[in-house]
Amino acid sequence: MEEKAILDIRDLHVWFRVYEGVSRVLDGVSLYVRGGEHVGLVGETGCGKTVAMKTAMGILRSPPALFPQGQVLLAGRDVLKAAPIELLRMKGKTISMIFQDPLSALNPVFTVGQQIFDVIRFGHRWIRDDGALTKTKVRGIAMEALTSVQLPDPRRILSLYPLELSGGMRQRVLIAMALVNRPRFLIADEPGSALDVTIQAQILSLLKSLVKEAGIAVLLITHDLGVVRETVERVYIMYAGRVVEEGQTVEIFDDPKHPYTQGLLSSVPRLTGEALAEGIPGTLSDYTEAPSGCRFHPRCPQAMEKCAQQKPPMVKVSTKQHVACYLYHGGGG
Amino acid sequence: MSEPVLKVENLVKYFPIRSGLLHKIVAHVKAVDKVSFDVQKGEIFGLIGESGSGKSTVAKTIVQIYNPTSGMIYFKGQNLSKLTKQTIGRFRREVQMVFQDPKSSLNPRRSVMSILEDPLIIHGIGKSRVERKRIIHTLLGQVEMPSRYMYKYPSALSGGERQRIAIARALAVNPSFLVLDEPTSALDVSVQAKLINLFLRLKKELALSYLFITHNLGLVRTIAARAGVMYLGKIYELGTMEMLFSHPVHPYTKTLIAATPVVSKEEERVKPREMSKEGEIPSPVNPPGGCAFHPRCSIAESRCSQELPSPVKVGPGHLVWCHRAEELAARAEELVVLE
Repeated sequence: MEEKAILDIRDLHVWFRVYEGVSRVLDGVSLYVRGGEHVGLVGETGCGKTVAMKTAMGILRSPPALFPQGQVLLAGRDVLKAAPIELLRMKGKTISMIFQDPLSALNPVFTVGQQIFDVIRFGHRWIRDDGALTKTKVRGIAMEALTSVQLPDPRRILSLYPLELSGGMRQRVLIAMALVNRPRFLIADEPGSALDVTIQAQILSLLKSLVKEAGIAVLLITHDLGVVRETVERVYIMYAGRVVEEGQTVEIFDDPKHPYTQGLLSSVPRLTGEALAEGIPGTLSDYTEAPSGCRFHPRCPQAMEKCAQQKPPMVKVSTKQHVACYLYHGGGG
Repeated sequence: MSEPVLKVENLVKYFPIRSGLLHKIVAHVKAVDKVSFDVQKGEIFGLIGESGSGKSTVAKTIVQIYNPTSGMIYFKGQNLSKLTKQTIGRFRREVQMVFQDPKSSLNPRRSVMSILEDPLIIHGIGKSRVERKRIIHTLLGQVEMPSRYMYKYPSALSGGERQRIAIARALAVNPSFLVLDEPTSALDVSVQAKLINLFLRLKKELALSYLFITHNLGLVRTIAARAGVMYLGKIYELGTMEMLFSHPVHPYTKTLIAATPVVSKEEERVKPREMSKEGEIPSPVNPPGGCAFHPRCSIAESRCSQELPSPVKVGPGHLVWCHRAEELAARAEELVVLE
């Protein structure tokens, strides 16, 4: 890595103890986000995106979660080993987050103002040390934050309850809250998927310009391939708790290598109206009895004998593209 | 053109908002406001629009869940407002609906068998239990599910499987027309692709016609023959897929297409360059006067806020409700020539 990674997940395993046994949800996930870089993490429901993200935020409770192996380094510090107070200090300053559903991420019984003030005061207490924080100052910072997300009449919005705002406005408020303490790294979990496309486009372009301006690194977690393609530079494709392919967004979308990525991309209905592929055969298997070898092999049209026996390691197929598939072993791709 | 299977004429559906002690009607939500379109036999007609545009209300009014405030719906030439208790049964056998969320449209306390048996009993199909079971067996086969699923409960099924059961239930009474209200939008793309292909196969095998409602432009482009673009209760552009996507005229249609995230370079070429990005979708209780899109429109003139645009025919079967439609269509043609 040329530049220092702000988030560096190394061979992370996350298990959950459930009634049926042990559910091996994350099985050796490695991913990193460099400072200022915009990275996407894509996968369908149940592939472990959220578990990976919650682990990175240090908000996954253990138990039920078990971390038998792996490291999560956030700005050089191991999240899995850090003391709670240390994690608290990191939140807001180093890492911040935007959730999918802005209505459930905001507290309905407090005004927008009260909630932003809280975030600012929290930030002041743990992060900033720019003198005493007066009420007017807090208000000033909040107004500035709301203006930066292009909300009209911020003074009025501070006194409103989340229910009085539209979906798009709520998402803007959340972005303002996530960025108000000037984090270096932002995790955005499906930031526009609860919104209509025209509003989603507005939110994404706003988010893009704000993070670019401030040089914030972003990990965008989504199932929407189109959103990923239009927002991030580098992308990880996840399937059943593993990263199956990684590379520059342009390369992966133009020339997907892993059979899963290929199946996924051919399942997306196109504006050009080509006939839709048949999708991917089969369903995601249960994590308590995950398939041996490559976890995709029971659904893979090109599976070989080897695939059921051994977990395929990541191989380089071009300067910036890596794939975990035996089709590309030998020959060098 | 032959007689359409479904014809909707000036359909209006207002929902009253009541308030105060006497529950007086204080306002109306103008969910659907003078919508007209038709669906030909064997056709997939799409209704596209964002939330609050009234697409689902149109669907529910067609299947008679709601009564229209005014306007006419004809199914195979029969006026639906004239349905009597005797004839509504026949209509319900012909027109069925599949809802968006299979989790809430299937009763969690009943097995697949019992869910699928209900429509058979209600419509008197299959005289004995054995015969009904045989029919259910065929139905599950039609939606490509193994028969052993008969004894499962919805909670034991995945989202895609649940939706297949919902489709089987709709097919139980041998309909000729299906109203599909966002049937795949709760599902992952790989599951969606399988279901869409199932819908296409069923349409061919059973000679069905579909009204397909979605907010996913790529999806409608892929499967429908024609579509209407709805915004705040009205259709603003209507035409074949080729017209809507290669030569969109209405600024709202262009905005929608331009805002859709795409996955390939080829699709990027389809996207119109001009779009109005600003603004939010207004409330249908008090929609903007004139053309409802004018506050977000980048080329709105003064008359757009005052007069309702009337439909302009810009091509064969291509209608646009915009004051500047002719001018825009001419410009689009010029661009085509230039290219």
